[in-house]
Amino acid sequence: MINHKTKTCSRRVAAAALCLCALTTSYVAQAADEPATSSALSFDTVERAETLNTSALTLAEDDMGQGQADDSRRFFSPGGRLLLTGGVTQIEGAGGGGLSPWALIGTYGTRDQLGVSAFATGVNSEDFSLSAYGGAISYGNRIELSIARQNFNLNAVGAALGLGREFTISQTIVGAKVRLFGDAVLEQDSLLPQVSVGIQFKDNNQPGVVIGALAARDDNDFDYYVSATKIFLSQSLLVNATARATRANQFGILGFGGPTNNDYSIQFEGSVALLLSRHFAIGSEYRTKPDNLGFKEEDAFDVFIAYAPVHNITATLAYVDLGNVALRSQHALYASLQFAF
Amino acid sequence: MPKIPSLLTTIALSLTSPALAQAGEPAISDPSITPRAPTLPVITDNEHLLDQFGGREGLVRIMDNVMERWLANPRTHPFFASSDQVRVKRQLVDQFCVILHGPCTYDGRAMAEVHRGMNVSEGSFYALVEELQVTLNQMNVPFRAQNRLIAALAPMSRDIIDR
Repeated sequence: MINHKTKTCSRRVAAAALCLCALTTSYVAQAADEPATSSALSFDTVERAETLNTSALTLAEDDMGQGQADDSRRFFSPGGRLLLTGGVTQIEGAGGGGLSPWALIGTYGTRDQLGVSAFATGVNSEDFSLSAYGGAISYGNRIELSIARQNFNLNAVGAALGLGREFTISQTIVGAKVRLFGDAVLEQDSLLPQVSVGIQFKDNNQPGVVIGALAARDDNDFDYYVSATKIFLSQSLLVNATARATRANQFGILGFGGPTNNDYSIQFEGSVALLLSRHFAIGSEYRTKPDNLGFKEEDAFDVFIAYAPVHNITATLAYVDLGNVALRSQHALYASLQFAF
Repeated sequence: MPKIPSLLTTIALSLTSPALAQAGEPAISDPSITPRAPTLPVITDNEHLLDQFGGREGLVRIMDNVMERWLANPRTHPFFASSDQVRVKRQLVDQFCVILHGPCTYDGRAMAEVHRGMNVSEGSFYALVEELQVTLNQMNVPFRAQNRLIAALAPMSRDIIDR
């Protein structure tokens, strides 16, 4: 049924309206006759956060507690590296901040340990919502394999587009990351960062929409990235820079490549985080995106707070500012929970 | 000379401290051991850091507290249980005091020599650091001061982990 409606929807209407989907549906209807010049399909935009399991935030952490492990050489340990120095899980499933992969290998596994993590991230607004979930496995603070599923729900906008109410574009992301050299935490007498390279394969499940209606060239593709992370512990500061070669439109939710540009382009992602205590960090991230589909994709920017009451749980809340998108500024809340073992 | 942001200045200063500390490094009795990091990486850019730890007396209280934690934590217990804990505590007080630019003298051995053959895992190393953090929190040492000390200690991991 959905595919049938997709065919009846004119390509121009779909493209213009998708690009302005952050606006109200009445604006969307008007947009059909206007050139699609604004960016905007921003799945991380939200105006109310998905319900966060606040019990995690109120878990009493008793600093008087002793370490949890019961063996100095456990292969599979709940302890490992220092709290928050493993980062969280970014929106595509890799260990990092919220938006960007970091060079850190996810979970707290040390050089002789296996680590496993799972995450769920929710964003939600009147116009659309995104849920992302997945997991990662890491070994020896060296390699990280991850898988994530993103479900982008157009809600009422889908109906306005003729795609059907609650129309959902999903993509599956399989990632791998390898630490090449450096240790962001231990090498405090060196400026050399920890450096990792990564790859993400993204498979979008709606070729009829992203290729058929939006004129993206592909419904699946690879992203390649290199990340450098340094923790300046004496300043309680974490800094990350990531360069990504990508053809993804809005992270891949809108497919890959397009009529304006079909080649890989190098995009920049930057993160800073300040450790406030063992359990809290605040920070900010910035991520640029290519302009393949004939409109300018706004850069993504966020400020976040991460809370790790214990090694196994990290909760992240972020405020995302997407700048002036179409006719109004877009602000968002983002909530994520990670469990690591 | 171009103006350098204070962060970079601080980093540069912290990077120079190990070099400055070389002169006071403990002698190595075993010629087969080459230290990979200084035992006494004096923090030279903050004369008042030791005050934030309560002075030398504060370090004594900190060591009394954290040694109990290290003995109770199964990941660190094996490395302290059979040691002369009074002596280890005193030497750590002196070592930390020197690193924090205090008026103390460290007469212990180099980290590379102390930890040779102990086979300390990275997980045990971090467990030791985390118990220290818990103690420092309990003693109300400011988090940023804690991190100054831990940043100075972190490179010693090269002489401690898996040696």
